[in-house]
Amino acid sequence: MTAFSTEIKIAGVTFKNPVMNASGTFGNGREYAELLDLSKLGAIVTKGVSLTPWEGNPTPRVAETPSGMLNAIGLQNPGIDKFIDRELPFLEEVRSSGTRVIVNVCGHSVDEYVSVIERLSDKPVDMLEINVSCPNVKEGAIAFGQDPDMLRDVTKACKSAAKQPVIMKLTPNVTDIKALAKAAEDGGADAISLINTITGMKIDVEKKRFLLANRTGGLSGPAIHPVAVRMVYEAAHAVDIPVIGMGGVISGNDALEMILAGASAVAVGTATFHDPDAMIRIIGEIGEYMEKHAVTDINELVGAVS
Amino acid sequence: MSKNVSVAKIIKQSELAEGIYDMVLDTPLSAEAAPGQFVALYCSDSSRLLPRPISICSADAAAGTLRLVYRVVGAGTGEFSKLSAGDSVRVLGVLGNGYPIDEARDKKVLLVGGGLGVPPLLFLAKKLSEAAGSDAAPAAVTAVMGYRNLGLRFLSEDFSAVTNAIDTSDDGSFGFHGTVVDAIKAKDLNFDIAYSCGPLPMLRALASLCADKNIKCYVSLEERMACGVGVCLGCVAKTTGVDAHSLVKNTRICTEGPVFDSRDIEW
Ligand SMILES: Cc1cc2nc3c(=O)[nH]c(=O)nc-3n(C[C@H](O)[C@H](O)[C@H](O)COP(=O)(O)OP(=O)(O)OC[C@H]3O[C@@H](n4cnc5c(N)ncnc54)[C@H](O)[C@@H]3O)c2cc1C
Ligand SMILES: Cc1cc2nc3c(=O)[nH]c(=O)nc-3n(C[C@H](O)[C@H](O)[C@H](O)COP(=O)(O)O)c2cc1C
Ligand code: FES
Repeated sequence: MTAFSTEIKIAGVTFKNPVMNASGTFGNGREYAELLDLSKLGAIVTKGVSLTPWEGNPTPRVAETPSGMLNAIGLQNPGIDKFIDRELPFLEEVRSSGTRVIVNVCGHSVDEYVSVIERLSDKPVDMLEINVSCPNVKEGAIAFGQDPDMLRDVTKACKSAAKQPVIMKLTPNVTDIKALAKAAEDGGADAISLINTITGMKIDVEKKRFLLANRTGGLSGPAIHPVAVRMVYEAAHAVDIPVIGMGGVISGNDALEMILAGASAVAVGTATFHDPDAMIRIIGEIGEYMEKHAVTDINELVGAVS
Repeated sequence: MSKNVSVAKIIKQSELAEGIYDMVLDTPLSAEAAPGQFVALYCSDSSRLLPRPISICSADAAAGTLRLVYRVVGAGTGEFSKLSAGDSVRVLGVLGNGYPIDEARDKKVLLVGGGLGVPPLLFLAKKLSEAAGSDAAPAAVTAVMGYRNLGLRFLSEDFSAVTNAIDTSDDGSFGFHGTVVDAIKAKDLNFDIAYSCGPLPMLRALASLCADKNIKCYVSLEERMACGVGVCLGCVAKTTGVDAHSLVKNTRICTEGPVFDSRDIEW
């Protein structure tokens, strides 16, 4: 048995391993505490937090699709004050085990992102992840992450308000992901993460109705994995900042594809709904691969595809 | 109460009525299960990612068994219906809050079920009947169970064995001809608490009847679920007041429910 290290570093923050949950699929960790050992994770990423409580969309909000699902939750959350009050103390406890805490932030305007970020400035949080798939209400509801100029501006504003390193989370619903990745880097992002969900639609043929009340929803799960790997590869080659890869990861092999494509770390979302133990299993499978291939440092694998 | 994923063996499975299956699982969850709670079963075909929520129809802690009664409506339940004794299935549970059974004490209880809302009420009826003679005993229990037609009647005998049961059918093929709420009105049933599960129109009518009479009514709600454990916020119901989790008016059926006081729901 060879000794190997799974430790990675993003923007000066060390992670014990490259596996974390994807925002919105793990609550704030607490809900899964009975089902898995949170201290084994590289990081916990919170559900999106906004300035005020967001009520989300009407139901049905979720629909299963082949090897995937659509969701139109609409970022229901109690807002930053309740988050700090109720969720942070628990996360602080998990953090003392060396598992990193990343707060995912959403907003309808630059000011809203900034206000949330400011309230976290003195809190025990390792990094911030900015979800730019939210509609910009001032700019005709196009998502912040769909326009390079808007993305650069929101990144700059977040960076100047933030005391912690900032990860910009990119949406795949764009023509050229490289341009968006560069815009985030130009705005000063410390890292980028991708992909968020791919917009989709499902129709009940018998009832001639949309399955989701919102009509469209975000596709996630194994169905989107090849698209995500391609986008991670393109983004990683367009920028010099670290990339966190996600989208359909359900096995160690899927995670390794992301890493070989250029991701320094990997997030697991929908897979947890299918198997609450998925992240722990994936960490184990990455270790087995490293042993088998005599890889002593996981960083050797980052972007190693040829 | 703990939640976990476990693999359970099927002890037996049979078809009760057309497309309605009765599955008995060998699982330690039987010791924790309470009426109104549910489990979620994973499909073995992994292209179907999400676990299927199914109410607990009864639990026998001594025998270590859990009984589920479900209707085949799609690919997931279709897959479950093909399992037989000795096969196994992955189960997430125990989930949800369950019916507040202590509130039945000394009360005239009405159980109201419709279609696939009937199974969880059998578990409740059994628990209420076991309480007979104890401090927790209700004053009386009546069950009104509604079915579409004779062909889709199931669990009737199980109910009659533990409680005073009235059956209704939409087409008049057996029992009272009409809906459960029609039957409650026509028979002028006298009760001071109601526990129910069934299709939304039935629950809505019952909630409105109980509101008029100022009687407490518990309803068990359904919604599409992804996680089953309160993280995805897929399964919410509109509430009259601000919910504790998100401070909006959307509460999680899988976690704060599936059983709610009907007055807390925005119908
Ligand atoms: C708390 C709760 C308890 C339930 N108890 C029972 C029960 O005791 N007996 C019973 O027969 N049915 C019950 N149901 C409904 C049951 O979950 C669905 O019939 C089942 O999920 C259908 O799966 P499928 O793959 O066969 O259908 P498909 O239509 O192929 O399923 C596709 C997706 O939609 C979901 N879905 C479809 N119908 C429903 C529904 N009515 N409610 C929630 N999700 C749905 C599935 O879970 C799956 O994710 C319950 C639902 C809930 C929420
Ligand atoms: C139910 C659900 C809720 C989500 N909520 C959020 C969120 O609050 N913030 C966010 O940035 N991404 C959110 N996402 C997107 C995921 O974090 C992830 O980017 C996407 O699902 C792809 O990964 P997966 O295929 O592993 O799920 C959500 C996804 C799902 C399925
Ligand atoms: S099913 Fe995910 S919160 Fe209820």
